Amino acid sequence: TTTLAFRYQHGIVVCVDSRASAGPLIASQTVKKVIEINPYLLGTLAGGAADCQFWETVLGMECRLHQLRNKELISVSAASKILSNITYSYKGYGLSMGTMLAGTGKGGTALYYIDSDGTRLKGDLFSVGSGSTFAYGVLDSGYRWDLSKQEALYLAQRSIVAATHRDAYSGGSVNLYHIDENGWVFHGNFDVDSLIWEAKDNENSFAHIPR
Amino acid sequence: MSQSQFDPYVQNGGTTVAIAGDGFAILAGDTRSVNGYNINTRFQPRVHEVGDDLVIGASGFEADALALVKRIQQRIDLYHDNHERKMSAQSCACMVRTLLYGKRFFPYYVYTTVAGIDKEGKGEIYSFDPVGSYEREWCRAGGSAANFITPFLDNQVNLHNQYVPGSHGKERKPRRLLKLEEAMKITTDAFTSAGERHIEVGDSVLVKIITKEGVETRIIPLKKD
Repeated sequence: TTTLAFRYQHGIVVCVDSRASAGPLIASQTVKKVIEINPYLLGTLAGGAADCQFWETVLGMECRLHQLRNKELISVSAASKILSNITYSYKGYGLSMGTMLAGTGKGGTALYYIDSDGTRLKGDLFSVGSGSTFAYGVLDSGYRWDLSKQEALYLAQRSIVAATHRDAYSGGSVNLYHIDENGWVFHGNFDVDSLIWEAKDNENSFAHIPR
Repeated sequence: MSQSQFDPYVQNGGTTVAIAGDGFAILAGDTRSVNGYNINTRFQPRVHEVGDDLVIGASGFEADALALVKRIQQRIDLYHDNHERKMSAQSCACMVRTLLYGKRFFPYYVYTTVAGIDKEGKGEIYSFDPVGSYEREWCRAGGSAANFITPFLDNQVNLHNQYVPGSHGKERKPRRLLKLEEAMKITTDAFTSAGERHIEVGDSVLVKIITKEGVETRIIPLKKD
């Protein structure tokens, strides 16, 4: 798995691959690793698919209950703490999740990293999963706070493509999302095989791949 | 000195194939049940009608599979009593997930598929892992021969690595929804081929075809060796 998300001047970009493997077998190339918790919050999936999917839908329910009880949208900070409290309470039981929560709410846009150890970190840039190191390599070299929206979306996508090329446990297709004050917008699903050739043709990268 | 230990799971084999198209969903499973190299029975249904034009495919550990299907059936009956309406495939999938994840720390050793038909009349397939992660898909092979059948389905249903003739590998063949008889042919070929090379696949295939008219059952014979 490779997942990443970063904050910049216009909001947050979330980008992920779509491969699920069971040992050496590719179980699926079409996994949805971005979980649409509600129109304002996205969660990413790395580690145990069922653990992430299940607890992030539970989180969606808790966020809705917060909205009904308090007549206002939950902050990303509070939402992330609900999730980290859950993972911490199950510590030692063998849950496996590495997830980023990105969204907007009371307090504006925010990005958090939560994992099954109970870790909860606030930050501007994260990448999670077996391909995260490869993604970080591209991401760190191209990241600036004042990226344009188009540049930001392309950097995110290009980082995932780089990771799918070097990490055997990542691949399939890329899913792209953008978040601003009004919530998230889906920016498309792209086949990795096409993206690699496009990158090679357009920017002379992947020069080691023969035509 | 050796100590015996609690061994709660058995792999009973079995394979399921599901294909969804415009106006239908197919869920098929072979009927051989094994324990190691022994064949326990040549007719153990692996796909189950649970009413409301829903079919459940469950393979892996037979005892868990049957217990799961029985619980799904009970929950559907309760749903009728409480809500007095049909359960949709989407709701059924959501419910199956809670049943599977409910046993997260002592899982049902089962690969589950839910098949139905949506409001627009399109086939619906939901496939699950043993602890309840799930997704809607157009086709899925599950169980012991899944790794044999999946590449075939990728090529024949999703047209992966197929290109428009004369385009010299440049233009991909566009995806299209299958017709029922095309999907039946692919399903049959998937099982006969898997039966040639996998010891746990054989005897016969039980096919459930879901259309807006209801559920039709067919049996395809396989080699008995």
